[in-house]
Amino acid sequence: MTHWVTFIAFVALLISGGEIVIPHPRFYWGEVGNVNTRPLFVVPIPASRDTVPTRYGYVLTDENGWGRNLHFEAAWVVVFAGLVYGIFGLWSGHFRENLVPRRRDWTWRAYWDRLAQYRGRKRTDGTEANTYNVLQRTAYLGVIFVLFPLIIWTGLAMSPSFTSVFPLTAALLGGRQSARTIHFFVSWLLLLFLIVHVTMVARSGFWSRTRAMITGHMRDSKEGD
Amino acid sequence: MNPISRRKLIYGSVAAAASVGGLAVAQRLATHYGLIPPDSGELYGAGATLTYACQRLLTARTPAREFPRSMISKNPFANEVAPPTDEFKRLRAGGFRDWRLFVDGTVAQPMSLSIADLSSLPVHSQITEVACEEGWSYIAEWIGTPLSEVLREAGVLPQSRYVVYYAIEKGLWESIDMADAMHPDTILTLGMNDGDLPVPFGGPLRLRVPRQLGYKSLKYLTHITVTDDIKKFGSGKGSVDPDYGYSWYAGI
Repeated sequence: MTHWVTFIAFVALLISGGEIVIPHPRFYWGEVGNVNTRPLFVVPIPASRDTVPTRYGYVLTDENGWGRNLHFEAAWVVVFAGLVYGIFGLWSGHFRENLVPRRRDWTWRAYWDRLAQYRGRKRTDGTEANTYNVLQRTAYLGVIFVLFPLIIWTGLAMSPSFTSVFPLTAALLGGRQSARTIHFFVSWLLLLFLIVHVTMVARSGFWSRTRAMITGHMRDSKEGD
Repeated sequence: MNPISRRKLIYGSVAAAASVGGLAVAQRLATHYGLIPPDSGELYGAGATLTYACQRLLTARTPAREFPRSMISKNPFANEVAPPTDEFKRLRAGGFRDWRLFVDGTVAQPMSLSIADLSSLPVHSQITEVACEEGWSYIAEWIGTPLSEVLREAGVLPQSRYVVYYAIEKGLWESIDMADAMHPDTILTLGMNDGDLPVPFGGPLRLRVPRQLGYKSLKYLTHITVTDDIKKFGSGKGSVDPDYGYSWYAGI
């Protein structure tokens, strides 16, 4: 349930986040940055403001109103879904049992073996269907406990009102513009995760997996996939 | 029906009823404590209302982030707005001696203040960041008199809820709630970085609202109206921003 709500909200965040870059596709490090300061890098796209120098001879229309509105609306949805998921995960032991790598897998060797298995395109044995392996567990933990908190933190660090209460949220990151830059990169990491995640699900049989997500259990392979 | 699903059904109904009841109570409380923004009925009103309510509860009195003098931007970006009107040019030619700031609405004593009048009021200076909704920012020192000083002198009536403010250009107006209006960092800005406020940055008079994004810091300020009914202004959504798809509250 929270998975699909988060998925829809995440797509909305990606689209609106992409839009929010368009008015000013320049990124900086530190507290301040504008067209009179040197950028860290420039995204090679046209801008929606004629005050921003780009290599294009035209200016896109201003779509930042709905872009920002949709972004914050969807961010609230993700925060609520995340709270429900987090409370459920702690209460049911889902994190401990299914996501924290098993103790015997706390070695480089375990990661290496699993990587080799993916590279060899070996089909998995039957036990794979019902549990996550060490690579999956690490990836999920990273997304849930590192990337999502980081993208919320860097997002809030750009709020002039929020930072009036918690100035350190911006200062610890090196400033407002650093927060914006980190926010940009973390969103790419999350998109990368989404692509790998969907690819992996597709390789293991998209419809049976999706059906399992909705019904809550995996059918035996003899019933047919 | 087996007992488990019956139990689930009962829990589900109780949870649903509690949510509906909870929402109704929350809405009553939020209205009472002024946590519903004027544009809450817009397409994205739910998110805008949540943001405004949370930030208003957290930030009613918190000071804007300030910076050391060494961090003042050497080349601040003015982002010049539409070319000033003929009236502006006339006032500028006269050294802004005839510039007036009108204060009216739900106040005991409507006023009309010149730049000289404003300069004689207590001065406050702050080194704060202008952050634009587009993504860029700069830091400057802003010097002026807190809006609250003028409002106190005019005598704000107790039913007042918002302060509406207008630029010299027709159709350009904003509003803030009383928490922001009475906040010591909300200043009628006359100076910038130890000089007069330059025209491209909003001179001779700009309202700085440093805890919100740049578009709330209106340039070329001529008129302030205190009100108890924001719906009477424009399309009733608190400012021109919702007419362009932007949210009235810009704390994020």
